[in-house]
Amino acid sequence: METMTGDHTAADIDRHVRVYITVFVSLMALTLITVAISYLHLPLPIAITVALLVATVTGSLVACNFMHLISEKKLIYAVLGLTAVFFLALLALPVVTVHDGFWIH
Amino acid sequence: MDIPYTVEIRRDTGLTNGKIGIWLFLASEVMLFGALFASYILIRTGAPSWPRGDTMLNVPLATLNTIVLISSSVTMVMAWASLKRGRFGTFRIYMAGTILLGLVFLVVKYFEYSAHFHEGALPSTNNFLAIYFTLTGLHGLHVIGGMTVNAYFWGPGAKLWKTNPEWFTNRVEHSGLFWHFVDLVWIFLFPTLYLL
Repeated sequence: METMTGDHTAADIDRHVRVYITVFVSLMALTLITVAISYLHLPLPIAITVALLVATVTGSLVACNFMHLISEKKLIYAVLGLTAVFFLALLALPVVTVHDGFWIH
Repeated sequence: MDIPYTVEIRRDTGLTNGKIGIWLFLASEVMLFGALFASYILIRTGAPSWPRGDTMLNVPLATLNTIVLISSSVTMVMAWASLKRGRFGTFRIYMAGTILLGLVFLVVKYFEYSAHFHEGALPSTNNFLAIYFTLTGLHGLHVIGGMTVNAYFWGPGAKLWKTNPEWFTNRVEHSGLFWHFVDLVWIFLFPTLYLL
């Protein structure tokens, strides 16, 4: 017997499943691209930029589709927005500490 | 007394309590891994020289693990979709697949770690290995945590499906969010540690 739970219809779920499969294929391709790029032995600044760019695209696909962030409630976006601010501040700390003449010497 | 807002939506948040709870937890996890990533940047930029990851680590094995973990994310979301369609049997198959793929990830990691230890490459050897073992070790603990929760929902926790299928579906969704987060962390760890 098939029963539905929540506010999704069978057609909605079928559509979701098709998206999941498409995303899965894309993620596999991006993983192979990430590895292939590393064999090009690009200069380090370019390699870091490209690798993080591909990782961001890959991660966004997971977050938007598998974690359903593409259609979430405002409160979740607010929580994540605040987290992003603190996360970026945390990543910026090493830069600030080595920036001679800034507020940390 | 019943736990409130497990299935019904709160008017003020527009969400169930469990959904808010898991996202707040994931926000704290972002900060935990963020602190370690910031440490990595600080140590790497401050070092006079830094080895390329692929000269010290096994890239083919890590690539395999990336494919395994991404596949497990797909089986996890398919497990949730199966519950949404009321197909409990299919849910169990996908959930078992997710747990098994998690196990494969850990076994591959075990072989990687064993090879390092055999070569005398320990966390105390140098800063690169210290940050590598810390980040991948913490990530591995998260994989074990996620597998434990998933195994509970595959086994004894699945009894809830008979009495309250919507609540059970929500619980699986929340455990899935954690699992996808673990996948997300690896997606960034892989190029950062192994390829750069």
